[in-house]
Amino acid sequence: MTPTLPVFLIVSSALFCLGLFAALSRRHAIFILIGIELMLSAANLNFVVFWRFHPTPVEPTGVMVAIFSIAIAAAEAAVGLALVIAVYRHYRTTNVDKLNQLKG
Amino acid sequence: MITLDADHAWLIPAVPLACALFVLAFGKSRHWLAASTAIVGQIVAFGLALLAFLPTLRAPGASSLHNFTWFTFGEQSLRLGWLLDPLTAAMLLMITFVALWIFIFSAGYMAADKNFSRFFAYLSFFTAAMLGVVIANSLLLLFICWELVGLASYLLIGFWIDRPSAAAAAKKAFVTTRIGDIGFFLGLLWLYHSTGTTLFYDNGSGAIEPQGLLLIGGSSTAISLLIFCGAVGKSGQFPLHTWLPDAMEGPTPVSALIHAATMVAAGVFLVARVYPLFAFGAIHGVTSSLSVVVWIGVITALMSSLIALAQWDIKRILAYSTVSQLGLMMVSLGVGGVAAGIAHLIAHGFFKALLFLGAGSVIHGLHHEQDIRAMGGLRKRMPVTFLTYAIGMMALSGVPLLFSGAWTKEEILHATSHWPVSPAPYFLSMLGVILTGLYMTRQMIFVFFGRERAAASHAHESPPKMTVPLVILALGTVGLSVILTPAWPWLHSYLTSEPVVFRSGSLIQPMLLVSLLLVALGIGLGVLFYRNGIDPFASSAIFSFLHRRMYLDELYDATVVHLARTGAWLSDIMDRYFWDGLVRGVGFIAETVGLVSKGIDEQGLNAGADESASGTRGLGAFIARGHSGQVQTYLGVIGVGMLALLLLYAWLR
Amino acid sequence: MSSVAFVFIAILTLAAALAAVTLRRLIHAALMLALSFLGLAAFYFFVGAEFVGLVQIFVYVGAVAILIVFTILLTRRETETTKPLHWFAGGAIALLVFVALAWAISQSPALAVSASPRPSISVKQIGETLMTGYVWPLLCLGLLLTAALIGALVLVMEEKR
Repeated sequence: MTPTLPVFLIVSSALFCLGLFAALSRRHAIFILIGIELMLSAANLNFVVFWRFHPTPVEPTGVMVAIFSIAIAAAEAAVGLALVIAVYRHYRTTNVDKLNQLKG
Repeated sequence: MITLDADHAWLIPAVPLACALFVLAFGKSRHWLAASTAIVGQIVAFGLALLAFLPTLRAPGASSLHNFTWFTFGEQSLRLGWLLDPLTAAMLLMITFVALWIFIFSAGYMAADKNFSRFFAYLSFFTAAMLGVVIANSLLLLFICWELVGLASYLLIGFWIDRPSAAAAAKKAFVTTRIGDIGFFLGLLWLYHSTGTTLFYDNGSGAIEPQGLLLIGGSSTAISLLIFCGAVGKSGQFPLHTWLPDAMEGPTPVSALIHAATMVAAGVFLVARVYPLFAFGAIHGVTSSLSVVVWIGVITALMSSLIALAQWDIKRILAYSTVSQLGLMMVSLGVGGVAAGIAHLIAHGFFKALLFLGAGSVIHGLHHEQDIRAMGGLRKRMPVTFLTYAIGMMALSGVPLLFSGAWTKEEILHATSHWPVSPAPYFLSMLGVILTGLYMTRQMIFVFFGRERAAASHAHESPPKMTVPLVILALGTVGLSVILTPAWPWLHSYLTSEPVVFRSGSLIQPMLLVSLLLVALGIGLGVLFYRNGIDPFASSAIFSFLHRRMYLDELYDATVVHLARTGAWLSDIMDRYFWDGLVRGVGFIAETVGLVSKGIDEQGLNAGADESASGTRGLGAFIARGHSGQVQTYLGVIGVGMLALLLLYAWLR
Repeated sequence: MSSVAFVFIAILTLAAALAAVTLRRLIHAALMLALSFLGLAAFYFFVGAEFVGLVQIFVYVGAVAILIVFTILLTRRETETTKPLHWFAGGAIALLVFVALAWAISQSPALAVSASPRPSISVKQIGETLMTGYVWPLLCLGLLLTAALIGALVLVMEEKR
């Protein structure tokens, strides 16, 4: 027997919450990026799993979305890391605590 | 014969849109390329409109539509479509033709402007959006294009961005029309809720076909009034008319395009398009929503023609006259004369574009002088402008026989006289016609007759690029009257889908004499009052009341705007003290926790000196920071908010 | 059999992810992240989306994880300053969100569907779908990747003094 849909969803939400945890509590910009990547992956897993449990998984819709999403995530990671490097050059730090330009 | 049916109707707005994008991309410093691209785009669009017009001639009321599914969510699908019926085809022709000549005029008028190319890109975008409004067979698609029209008008009114007044006017136009659009959007949602479709026609199951109307039932009044809110905003009807005269801050061709062919026509067109919704359940052609339309129209028409009497700015007078003519069209739609209203809209499109371009020519010749008190005697210095302007003025005032405005106005009066609810709109519209003659005569005398005043002495006639469109539009104004006469009411029959018959006997009707009398009264009084080129009422209290536009702007400033400001101030205070205080409170708790953990850290100092030292330093920084400006905090708040929503959901279940 | 495999993959993925977000040294965290991505790829293989699994390995393990490692090398003079409070607050919120999500999943009646027979999707089929129904998104994606490439380059270029 194969595991049921809710079990898969529990796993993906656990993955999502680990990502959220990293994004919320870590202070290093790269850790935050790691968290974001984990959250994205969790969403991806959801797409594929929902496709798998569709009554007629003939059309590869979920697979397509997942592929596109991975490609976009790659672009996002590249830009994000470039931003980290640029910020590091400018402020000589990657600690987001020191980056509080949003402070009013 | 090649024709264009609804399947390919999207080409008509697509061409100007493509031109707009092309000009934006490649025309930045190539003025000649920008203007020629935009003008060629208009010519192509006009040709396509002609091709689309031909099939509707085959049989009275011939129409075709093309619907397609935009996207599907679950069981429901959202469908959009194009529609080609006489109303659409007539509007397409009018818009593309008038816009074409306005484009050519602009090439002369804006020649010295450094943002010449941007101007043409915006103009093309504007016509594309408006053509989209006209061909839409779905209220949603219409709404999308409607908002694009709003955006384009914002860009164009504020085209001279370095003028604060232009920026303010653009903002005012945008915000004011948006107020109406909220109503429109609510109406759209309600319509979709009751019928499950936003299509107008769908082979029997569209929203404004009998079956769909039955689904709507009693809420048709509310829905149509909500949609009417949008029309009130866009067509400058009372009480949302204040933006339209301010929109004169834009370049004059923009005023011509906005006030003649496109934006203001959208509101009237919208009401005509969803007319079955307004007329649903009518008894003797009267419903409560239509009555609202009539009264709003009457109030607007009268009020704005009174205000027009007391303005000094040549363009503002025309702007108020536009508002009043739109009011007349609304009256006509409300009393059941849909064809009369649309016919007037089309005729008005021609002569108001002519008048605005004429005003533009005058302003151009006088080096951007707009005050009519500084003009005078221009008929000798600018003969072409004078003659064409006179034709436009006579069409607007409704001088019978040769000028298109007369026939349509007469038809509106005719339709209004049969309204069973009240005779008041009839008499008030007649008063409006007299006032129109009066203020147009006033303007003519001040601008073109009498002695030359300050700015007029060095005036010069405009170049052919500007006078040729004037002549063409003037010819169009006169020529259009051929298909509007009661003897051969071709346009009327075309719009109402009846076969046209020629009856020479009905050329002279009692109403013609009435309107002749009214026009003679208006123009005669005008000549009597203003023959010396002086306004005899200029010092009276009522004049200054009207000159200040009945203090409506001040009233709105004191009430609506003030209220909004107070609201903004209040939420600012809330933000600064309440919410921020909350965040600070949380921060304080965190600090306390931090202190405790600092204590623990100090306990651990003995165990791992290195780690604790950095920890304590970090804590110091943490406490000093005082908790704000952290994106992560915001992310955390979002997470907590999501939790709260889920809890609320669980609790409600 | 497959249940055992599932449990194994799930534990591997989640444990690696937990390590990736809690480890102190960035470089270790990056390696753990790569491991977690590998686990995810295993999941994709497990449910019959082999192609997605391969893409996951190529893109995430091959590119993104390496990118992260490079970034760590370029910005190494950093000490982690995450405080117990941070751990606590972030952990609490994340845990609560997880509980809420799990509750929602367990309550939802719509999810009680049994799996249909394992679909088989060939790479050829995916390629054909990409080039027909999804050709516009594909082109847009190409544009996006180009833009991201240029954008990333512009961002990391030396600032003008």
